[in-house]
Amino acid sequence: MTVQLFTRRRFLIGSTLGASALTLAGCDVLEHNEQVGSVIRSAENLTMRAQRLLQGRDARAREFGETEISPSFRVNGTSRPDSEDYAALVENGFADWRLKIDGLVDRPQEFSLADLKTLPSRTQITRHDCVEGWSAIGKWTGVPLGLVLTAAGLKPSAHFALFHCADELEKTLDGSGRYYESIDLIDAFHPQTILAYAMNGKDLTVGHGAPLRLRVERQLGYKQAKYLMRIELVDSLGAFWGGNGGYWEDRGYEWYAGI
Amino acid sequence: MMERVSYDNDEAPRIALIRRHSIATRLTHWLNVLCLSVLLLSGLQIFNAHPELYWGHYGADGDPAVLTIGSAGSGDDLRGFARIAGVELRTTGVLGVSSFEGAPAARAFPAWATIPSFQDLAAGRRWHFFFAWLFVINGIVYLACSFLSGHFRRDLTLTRHQLSVRHLWHEVVDHARLRFPEGDEARHYNALQKLTYLIVIVVLLPLMLITGLTMSPGIDAAFPWLVDVFGGRQTARTIHFITASLLVLFVVVHVVMVILSGTWNNMRSMITGRYAIRDGGRKS
Repeated sequence: MTVQLFTRRRFLIGSTLGASALTLAGCDVLEHNEQVGSVIRSAENLTMRAQRLLQGRDARAREFGETEISPSFRVNGTSRPDSEDYAALVENGFADWRLKIDGLVDRPQEFSLADLKTLPSRTQITRHDCVEGWSAIGKWTGVPLGLVLTAAGLKPSAHFALFHCADELEKTLDGSGRYYESIDLIDAFHPQTILAYAMNGKDLTVGHGAPLRLRVERQLGYKQAKYLMRIELVDSLGAFWGGNGGYWEDRGYEWYAGI
Repeated sequence: MMERVSYDNDEAPRIALIRRHSIATRLTHWLNVLCLSVLLLSGLQIFNAHPELYWGHYGADGDPAVLTIGSAGSGDDLRGFARIAGVELRTTGVLGVSSFEGAPAARAFPAWATIPSFQDLAAGRRWHFFFAWLFVINGIVYLACSFLSGHFRRDLTLTRHQLSVRHLWHEVVDHARLRFPEGDEARHYNALQKLTYLIVIVVLLPLMLITGLTMSPGIDAAFPWLVDVFGGRQTARTIHFITASLLVLFVVVHVVMVILSGTWNNMRSMITGRYAIRDGGRKS
């Protein structure tokens, strides 16, 4: 009995210490293990399905009152795209800028900023949640994305809207540091998903993504792509850059950024 | 805690092994240890991405902060600080500035307290959300088993006698003197144990989950009232941090009590289910 007790005790102490050592030091190793990585990643799909189930298609992000707007709204990511083309667009007040909508559509479209401003608009005061943890509240005015997509006419094979941006967040030789984002059609046709050209009642500033940025209010900040140049309708995301559907997604962040 | 008594052997009739923890309690307990450990360490990794806490709906650089962990200076003069409600503490070595791969680095929580050890918000989030799901499933299994088996009613509900001020005070004094129940009294949790476990199970752990979910813009769209319950996403984030700190405090006290009241006996009861007591009630 004593002997058995002793070995069992040693086993217990040993296994407890071993387990904590594994947890503390082994996570770095596990983090780089592909199989473990894919198990850990499976939670993303579960989260998306659960949230979509709870939300339904049209549940709206909370909208705030004018008095709740943040006194300052942090400029994040690119603060000014570093290209001659973009500088030229800024130079003449985006008069030469055009938003292209193409890919899997029946009628490819091109909109000038003035064109977009003549379309029906939506204004919403919403909270912008950065993946890092901070939040800021701002008022956004723009065209519902669903409206321009309907104008272009989606082919049945179109499953995602891919947003090409003017900014390069990371300088690379192959251009893989260019910002891009994507959402599926559930979010694309959500009533609060807008192409915003104004913030807090004024034209969008360069820091916040002039002339046009995306607002997908039920997801985190990195989905709110700035400096929009082109919206491409695609059937899958694998063929673009890192294949994960976005600049940050290619760097390990979730494609579904609802949490 | 079941009352089935089996005697160790004939020579030592005064020590009885009772079946203390059900298999469901033991399994969910250890899974919870794993989940809470990973959630804490990956949570600190996430916190490090923006080591400031606010109150209200919004909060970012420049907005008034409840807590800031940061660094100042550079090179050899790099020093870490924690500022809580305007009071600044120098925390170089642990908070704000700590050693990473042999050199002082500006990071809120040190490498030994984060998963992964290096700064990687994306990886921290992946670990956090995977183990959050496991924590929720494990918690549901625990709650279902405990209700069905009568664990809550039998073992965690305070008796009228235990709830009297006199009795509670008596237990506080006993604990302070490190006098722990023996014999028949040790068959059941004492009132302080019951209260503590109930607060953890009913208040702190659910609060962790709900404040965590309130930080999710997707969940906020599904249940807008959640934001109002806490008065804002940033308040929920701050409460998430405070509640995590309270859970760390609970674990520290819990582990100390386990050690003081018999490490081996307690560990065995949570692993094999059997707990030894001096049997005062029955004579052979």
